[in-house]
Amino acid sequence: MANKKKKRFIFRSVVLAILAVAVGFALYSSFTDGEKAALKEGDTAPNFKLKTVNYEKDTLALSDFEGKGVMVNFWATYCEPCKDEMPYMEELYKKYKDKDVEILAVNLDQSELVVTRFLKEYGISFPIVHDQKGQVMGEYGVGYLPASYFINPDGTIEKKIIGPLTLDRLEGYLKDITPES
Amino acid sequence: MNKIKCECGHVNPEGTVLCEACGKPVEENQHIDGNNENKLLNMRYDGSARRSKTYNKTIVDKIWNFFSSVKVGVWLIAVTLIASSLGTIFPQEMNNQSPLPAEQYYEENYGMAGQIYYQLGFHDLYGSWWYMILIASIGVSLVIASIDRVVPLYRSLKKQKPKRHETFMKRQRLFGQAEYASEQDYHRVIDQLKERRYKVIQENGHVLAEKGRFSRWGPYVNHIGLIIFLLGALLRFVPSMYVDANVWVREGETKMLEGTEGEYYIKNEDFIVEMYDENDERYKESIEKQGGSVPKNYQTNAVLYQRTDESLPGVDPELKQVKEGEIRVNEPLKIDGFAIYQTTYQLNEFKTMTFKLHERSDADEQSIGEFTVNLVDPKSEYTLDNGYRIELYDYYPEFEMKDGVPSSFSKYPKDPAFVFHVYPPGQEEPEVNFLAIGSNLDPSGENQYKIGITDLEMRDVTGLTIRKDYTLPFLGIGGAIFMIGVIQGMYWNHRRIWIQPKEQGFWVAGHTNKNWFGLKKDLEKALDGTSVEPPEDQQELKE
Repeated sequence: MANKKKKRFIFRSVVLAILAVAVGFALYSSFTDGEKAALKEGDTAPNFKLKTVNYEKDTLALSDFEGKGVMVNFWATYCEPCKDEMPYMEELYKKYKDKDVEILAVNLDQSELVVTRFLKEYGISFPIVHDQKGQVMGEYGVGYLPASYFINPDGTIEKKIIGPLTLDRLEGYLKDITPES
Repeated sequence: MNKIKCECGHVNPEGTVLCEACGKPVEENQHIDGNNENKLLNMRYDGSARRSKTYNKTIVDKIWNFFSSVKVGVWLIAVTLIASSLGTIFPQEMNNQSPLPAEQYYEENYGMAGQIYYQLGFHDLYGSWWYMILIASIGVSLVIASIDRVVPLYRSLKKQKPKRHETFMKRQRLFGQAEYASEQDYHRVIDQLKERRYKVIQENGHVLAEKGRFSRWGPYVNHIGLIIFLLGALLRFVPSMYVDANVWVREGETKMLEGTEGEYYIKNEDFIVEMYDENDERYKESIEKQGGSVPKNYQTNAVLYQRTDESLPGVDPELKQVKEGEIRVNEPLKIDGFAIYQTTYQLNEFKTMTFKLHERSDADEQSIGEFTVNLVDPKSEYTLDNGYRIELYDYYPEFEMKDGVPSSFSKYPKDPAFVFHVYPPGQEEPEVNFLAIGSNLDPSGENQYKIGITDLEMRDVTGLTIRKDYTLPFLGIGGAIFMIGVIQGMYWNHRRIWIQPKEQGFWVAGHTNKNWFGLKKDLEKALDGTSVEPPEDQQELKE
């Protein structure tokens, strides 16, 4: 009789375990599915390589800044809040460049003409790369502009901000990714 | 574990309501099925032991018993239904058509209620963890409740003996005492039951005639189908099993196929739309009713490429052509398990514009020179043969005035506007021209030259859906088993007739899980030609 009771316990445990695995799998898959589309903080920032608009080299890869803190900013000329934060980035770029923090802005316009016009008008000097086909945007899962990723010197994402930044907040995040000297 | 030994000698498991062998009510368990001493027996699950409180000791047993309860199952379904209806109060995230991210959209549009809605995950109901747990619990409840019922029922039906307890006989819905029946009548009844394809088992004169027992397994077969179906739905989360993605491709453009992990690229060679002829008598009326032209066919002539290198995102990949074909509605192009369907389109997006330069004072507008601007990625300088130089100083793909400043609404050339600087030969200072569709401005008022549009090149954009679905066999087989279970349970009845010899004549009792009319007919036919009256329906008598 004790044997039968034990058998029943094992049977129930096995059935429950199989069901728990199936449910766990469903939950896990659905959450990783949603997050695969958008990177999250702590992930390693995927590397990419794009044509530059205003840089001495023709192409720039994220890996070119290895060992530095990098702010990757997704923007477009038709995005008003993006334009508003550009002057802040310009101001802080000059200040933080010596501290090994880079700003890399990924433009999503179709035409380069529009971008160069904008850069001239706003006097932007930090490197701009042109993601004409939106490939990097897709890789990073960017849905709304502007979107900024603050990447640690070790390549992990420290902070992800969707929407415009103020000067103070921007400086705070740049400080967070400044390598220790 | 306390077993219950019945007076017939059969040992029943704890929690049994009616003895598995002889059907005698087990006195201490009558409350389980709500049996009342003088009323008919509740024949649900044949009175077998479904759940036993005795095993409710470990955490495993507690979880098991929780999901085994039909009451819990019904509550789970009710809560899921309520949650599903609450999810329709505000639009779901995927349908809200807003440029705002969800965390802002709901609060801004619906205030506090919207914020709560978002926080609780109603904005993406099918993706919220608690909704998925509810659905999963229904599945778990289905499995456990089925196991907990089918096993004892099977046991009980297997162990049943023709010799039933008197109480069991008396408390059946169909019960009759034929005191004056003869030996002859008895044999005739058995023969006539056999004729009606009853399986007859005899034991010391006691008779069990049974038919359609397999109908009792219908609900469980049905549940197995449902579980396979759920499993198929679960597998949709595995990207190698299921892909459903969309992509827009402009004519001449090559794009990555979403959902193929960068493996395949598609080029839109040409997009074709044919409309029904509005002058054709056959279509005239329906086209008018529709209020506009109706497409007869639309198709993409496409070339499929496979990526041959592993380059970084942002770098144009090396491609090799793998397939070529026409994609029409319901006629997808297939490759490697993926099917590419034609779903939608947009016509006439501007591709290039050709302009001519002429003297403002020239009434004939005779061309000094022409130049073509690529509207997707325009050049900034255009040199005409005769020394004129034109600079595209500023460009707005989708022009709009924002706070008095010209700007562009998007990157797509839907309503382009241009600022041209015209440098006539030898002149350093340019003339400024502003051009948009329907307007041609001379800001200085002193321009000598004018630019006019002479030609337009349009292109179409095709909307394709990429789909891969290896879960369909699961859904198909699950659905088929589901239906087999339904048919099995619905179109067959489990009918049993017991005959118990007495010193004078015999007793007859009958039970069926449904369709009592059919059972009564069977009994009438079986008793035909004997002196025995068909037994009374004790339930009808009471009413």
